[in-house]
Amino acid sequence: MYNKATIVPGLIIFVLLVTFPLWFNAFSTASTVPKPELPPGGEKECVASAEEMRSSHMVLLNEWRDDVLRNGDRVAVTVAGKEYRKGLQMACMACHSNKEKFCDPCHEYTAVDPYCWDCHLTPTLAATKKETH
Amino acid sequence: MIEKALQGNSRYWMWLAFLSAFIGVGAICYIRQYLFGMGLTGMGRDLAWGLYISQFTFLVGVAAGGLMLVLPFYVHDYKVFGRITILGEFLAISAIIMCLMFIMADIGQPLRGLNMILHPTPNSMLFWDMVVLLGYLGLNVICAWVILTAERKQVKPPKWVYLFVYISIPFAVSIHTVTAMLYCGLPDRHFWLTAITAPRFLASAFAAGPALIVIACLVMKRVAHFDAGREAINKLITIIMYAAIINAFFVALEFFVGFYSNIPGHKHSLEYLFFGLEHNGHVYNNLVPFMWSSALLCFGALALFAYMKITKSGTDLMIGIGCAMIFIALWLDKGLGFVMGGLAITPLDEVVEYYPTANEIGITLGIWATGLLLVSVLYKIAVGVEHEVEA
Amino acid sequence: MDTQRRKFLKMAGVAALAGISAPAVVSLTPGVTRAAAGHGAAAPAAEQAAQGIRLGLLVDMRKLYGQPELMNKAINACHRVHNVPQIDNPKEEIKWLWKMPYENVFPENSSYHAAKNTRESDYLVLCNHCDEPPCVRVCPTKATFVLEKNGIVAMDYHRCIGCRFCMMGCPYGARSFNWMDPRPYIKEFNPEFASRMRGVVEKCNFCSERLALGLEPACVEAVKEVGAIVFGDLNDPHSEIRQILDREHTIQRKPSLGTKPSVFYIV
Repeated sequence: MYNKATIVPGLIIFVLLVTFPLWFNAFSTASTVPKPELPPGGEKECVASAEEMRSSHMVLLNEWRDDVLRNGDRVAVTVAGKEYRKGLQMACMACHSNKEKFCDPCHEYTAVDPYCWDCHLTPTLAATKKETH
Repeated sequence: MIEKALQGNSRYWMWLAFLSAFIGVGAICYIRQYLFGMGLTGMGRDLAWGLYISQFTFLVGVAAGGLMLVLPFYVHDYKVFGRITILGEFLAISAIIMCLMFIMADIGQPLRGLNMILHPTPNSMLFWDMVVLLGYLGLNVICAWVILTAERKQVKPPKWVYLFVYISIPFAVSIHTVTAMLYCGLPDRHFWLTAITAPRFLASAFAAGPALIVIACLVMKRVAHFDAGREAINKLITIIMYAAIINAFFVALEFFVGFYSNIPGHKHSLEYLFFGLEHNGHVYNNLVPFMWSSALLCFGALALFAYMKITKSGTDLMIGIGCAMIFIALWLDKGLGFVMGGLAITPLDEVVEYYPTANEIGITLGIWATGLLLVSVLYKIAVGVEHEVEA
Repeated sequence: MDTQRRKFLKMAGVAALAGISAPAVVSLTPGVTRAAAGHGAAAPAAEQAAQGIRLGLLVDMRKLYGQPELMNKAINACHRVHNVPQIDNPKEEIKWLWKMPYENVFPENSSYHAAKNTRESDYLVLCNHCDEPPCVRVCPTKATFVLEKNGIVAMDYHRCIGCRFCMMGCPYGARSFNWMDPRPYIKEFNPEFASRMRGVVEKCNFCSERLALGLEPACVEAVKEVGAIVFGDLNDPHSEIRQILDREHTIQRKPSLGTKPSVFYIV
């Protein structure tokens, strides 16, 4: 083989670069599977099972959005005997008041950036400018 | 054929670099607007459309103007336009791409632009405008490319392409009619609420589009050894003259209706544009110089053309100046006066004046430069093919 | 999703108390029966065929003359519950309910030799929730639409692309655009309602979210002490608003445009 001295190190560098994501992940802590924190109030029951919520909460939110805004259907949701108004801020955040520890970990892990919070207020943000009366 | 755009002399590349500098500035300005919001423009609550939409409106006209070459050549078999018809089609492609860019620059949530297609709304004229603009763009791309390829291979274009050519003719009229309908169907926008909006748009389009093509032909004659032919240029001048006169006639009719009926709503915008509108002790007149410039340039160019026709004289320079005057006059009339004039008087009977910001002008120039770059590249291809065939 | 949805509705079903849905507010306004087809006999000829509920609002200016602070109270209440930012620059201003002089609100009516009250007082202005809304006609994405069950002209901020065509279409200047992120300008957040994002258009929603709770619109409640604003079903001959409309001479903004506003004024 010609130019063994340059080709072999070159190949090694190339393989290392290509496999960078794999070994970077092996040593990095950024990739640990997120553990969203459950509601601080200790609520155990949601509007659907954890599996369903995990896989399709976004679909549900879209349906709620269309029901409330477009179809004028604001029928309330009852979970464990308690009534909630349909809506991200009204229902979801009532229990999951810890958006930073419930929503964000998975969204960051999966690199999604939902625009919900461009309009909807997180409990933390709402608390920054509280009504004074 | 695209390789023809990549072979040029240093002047060609200097020109593209010059345009790219503007595109770069425009891109930076757009990033600023994208990150901060439309607050970086001079638009506001009472004057919610500005430079972007007015440029869009004007450029739809430029795109439709290509019809004045396509129609005589394909329908009336006017052979003289044979060499330049492709220029009309390429101009239409570039102008529509600029239109789409201006629309994207104008909307507050550009990432949601596809909602127009995901939630089609036939009662909205904006939806139909999108349909006809995309349709006209597609038709022109097909026709121009197929016909140019055939010309290069020195064979007759396939028969099927003529179907698209003939469809593109009513489409050219429709793009500007539907664009006019964005404006003329709005209640209480008195200046726009007139059935003559669409005809007026078409008249000015059929002057502005060909004027730009004549200028391009004269430039290419000097720099690219492409001669459109004296007869073709003269015929285009005639078309431009008629269209510009009809446009001026329509504007005059607006003046008659407004001032003879003496209905304030019909008069206010014209007063604001041409004389200054007094409202609560303040005179609003920031567009008056522009509108009078428009009128003087238009009639000046018509006089110049008439002189040339009567004396059967005229140099390329005179023709170029006349076309530039017409183009600028119509740009001032439609790309500035029409939209701002209609918006200056708000539904709450206040008067607001519009001053675009530097950032907004930067984006606007960037989009114009993009369009010019596109035209240059496409015309380079067209001329390259012509030279190849001749050689 | 269908199965999930069904399960969900089952759970929710029990809670579907009639009192929570939007039309319920109508039954809160005094003197009430739900409007039904055929009740429109007493209505003006053009609206004879009116069916279902059409919510409307009446501003009784007689109770507001000389009391700008009452109008401000209504405006502040509205803007507070809806997280409307307070931007002082008129160019970027956002307003759902505001006040303006007579000549601006009613430019089609003569202001020549107008009475003292007319000349000196401001008038409350808001979205007219038209029966034939031009803004809905021009919207290219159905981001603004008429709610069939109560006639409210609603906005879906999730869908708005910010083309501002609706602002061109509205002959009442009732719509505002978010020229920048509104949040820094919101004085205090109402955690019960969302804010808006930059790049979308917003306007009065007739307090849809409050109606759902059986509350009256915020502006109505704010000036309840004098009863200057009345809200109710225009199609119900027994509603308070209809009784007043039947009794008093009222005017509307720019009726000649055929938009059929649902907001009335006694001046």
